[in-house]
Amino acid sequence: MLKLSQLATAVALVVAGSAAMAGEVEVLHYWTSGGEAKSVAELKKIMQAKGHTWKDFAVAGGGGDNAATVLKSRVVSGNPPAAAQIKGPAIQEWAAEGVLANLDATAKAEKWDNLLPGVVANVMKYKGSYVAAPVNVHRVNWMWANSAVLKKAGVTGAPKTWDEFFAAAEKVKKAGLIPVAHGGQNWQDFTTFESVVLGVGGAKFYSDALVKLDQKALTSDTMKKSLETFRKIKGYTDAASPGRDWNLATAMVIQEKAAFQFMGDWAKGEFSAAGKVPGKDYICAAAPGTANAYTFNVDSFAMFKLKDSGAQKAQADLAASIMGTEFQEVFNLNKGSIPVRLNMDMAKFDDCAKLSAKDFVSTAKSGGLVPSVAHGMAIAPAAEGAIKDAVSQFWNDDKISVADGVANIAKAAATK
Amino acid sequence: MTVKARMKSFENTLPKLVIAPGFVLGFAFIYGFMVWNGILSVTASRMLPNYDEFVGLEQYARLWDMDRWWLALRNLGVFSVLYVGGSMLLGMGLAIFLDQKIRFEGLLRTIYLYPMALSFIVTGTAWKWILNPSLGLEKLMHDLGWASFHFDWLVQSDTAIYCVVIAGIWQSAGFAMALSLAGLRGIDDSIIKAAQIDGASLTRIYWRIILPILRPVVFSTVLVLSHLSIKSFDLVMALTSGGPGYASDVPATFMYVMSFTRGQIGLGAASATMMLATVAAIVVPYLYSELRTKAHAR
Repeated sequence: MLKLSQLATAVALVVAGSAAMAGEVEVLHYWTSGGEAKSVAELKKIMQAKGHTWKDFAVAGGGGDNAATVLKSRVVSGNPPAAAQIKGPAIQEWAAEGVLANLDATAKAEKWDNLLPGVVANVMKYKGSYVAAPVNVHRVNWMWANSAVLKKAGVTGAPKTWDEFFAAAEKVKKAGLIPVAHGGQNWQDFTTFESVVLGVGGAKFYSDALVKLDQKALTSDTMKKSLETFRKIKGYTDAASPGRDWNLATAMVIQEKAAFQFMGDWAKGEFSAAGKVPGKDYICAAAPGTANAYTFNVDSFAMFKLKDSGAQKAQADLAASIMGTEFQEVFNLNKGSIPVRLNMDMAKFDDCAKLSAKDFVSTAKSGGLVPSVAHGMAIAPAAEGAIKDAVSQFWNDDKISVADGVANIAKAAATK
Repeated sequence: MTVKARMKSFENTLPKLVIAPGFVLGFAFIYGFMVWNGILSVTASRMLPNYDEFVGLEQYARLWDMDRWWLALRNLGVFSVLYVGGSMLLGMGLAIFLDQKIRFEGLLRTIYLYPMALSFIVTGTAWKWILNPSLGLEKLMHDLGWASFHFDWLVQSDTAIYCVVIAGIWQSAGFAMALSLAGLRGIDDSIIKAAQIDGASLTRIYWRIILPILRPVVFSTVLVLSHLSIKSFDLVMALTSGGPGYASDVPATFMYVMSFTRGQIGLGAASATMMLATVAAIVVPYLYSELRTKAHAR
């Protein structure tokens, strides 16, 4: 009898123990397209290997807007998922609501402070504590070019300065092709705009004007020059660009209809899907004048406060797995971005990713590493939206003078 | 006797009982949410509702200080006037022509009314392709050899809103036509015959007799169309998504963007309240005048 009760206790302990070890992680994300979905499946596999149950909570569409709306309703009703794909200052906004979990224990055990550049780590922290785990780094200040089109127009190599760029664009125009493939949506307008500001003013000016929103920088002559350059680019886009999706603009470059596109490195996925080889069929280069700078767009998972201890354990494992070398490599190979973890082995990555990783490390040291405003990495949504409005309006309406454009952007930057 | 009386009282209360759940639900979900929205608009709510921080009319002050809101209102004005006026005129014209006892009237009527069966999303997407200079009309004309043809309203900041008007009229003219046609059919032939005997010309008959008789029809059509225009959201989203830039923004798209993508729920709620006030400004006087005329008629 004694034995039996001992056995029962042992069984109970084992059951209780395993229940505390394994838990369910519900992960809200908006990675639903081909390569992205494959990347998420890798994370699921890793978590299942650790004995946890993965509950997928994918909300497609709207560049994450739809997911954000669903997330709000879940959090308001007191039933948040374990982790949700949130990035940039939105992480701090959620943390300020007091709903995010503290990841410092995991971060300390995994030495995140040594593995992440300071600027990136700061985005993941609220009041000095980690509340989110970074997944990848996209470089935004890329310029993509079709080698065949450049050859046809008599342009050699990717232009390195804006003057060279406009000379090349003129040649492409003369050859009867579209120099710049552009999609007229406000975030795409701004993607081009921030590359121009970075190229014209440098990383220090970019950071003063667009990240710190310093009024003096925003109304300076450098800003005027940036807007002039920005408007000049518009002259080299086609008339049908307003409203066009970014991947359709990339397709114009792939199909040899257009020469250049300014877009982050997710565009590489489109080139790869079309069977194009970097360096041969297409060129990836930093936007003119921005070779020593790097605008980053880091995707991340913010972790929510949970009550169940099993789920908390699973959540900590999830955070550790996200930053683990295995996931960072597989995920980023699929997604087209590079690992956010410094000093990873890049042997399996293509040339564009290698260049990106090299510049990521060097700009992290030199201070040229700056957050992308167009992709919600730098400033609060209200001001970001207002500035995007002002920039898009300037891009679309040629009647707005450069001086008025500068004034509108400066006014928008004061939005709280 | 008592059974009969009870039956009678049951018959009296039954309709009230049947209507009660719908009334309560409607009250809670329409008026309750209106009040809720009003409360949100005087708080500092940003990403999530926040009832602790009362800011009075600050959100309204911010709203009226935004160029984008003014543009949205201007666009709404342009769109409403042209859309309601255009649909009315075109619909009425079609109705008058169809009323001339022509052949295949049934077929034509169906064709004109058909766009009404589509959702605004479909209309918007189709017209987006038709009006796109490198895909639609302009390209077709160029391919047919008319090289100087030029129509790029959709991609110009100051004309994009007129494209929304075109698509809207295409959709709703058939609806205005159907209502007008029903009105025309309701007119007693003998009045027109009497006028003809008196030697009135056809234009005069339409202008002085038929149109005045159609007044109630015109009123209901205008009422339906104007509230459609104030809440127009899907058409703009599908056709231009408020672009280029935010050049074709209307209050409904403004409200959506502020509340759900910019984390400015307080500001979005303030703009929703302004929209409610606009609708009320149209509907209340109309209802008042309608009810008053009825009271007079009695």
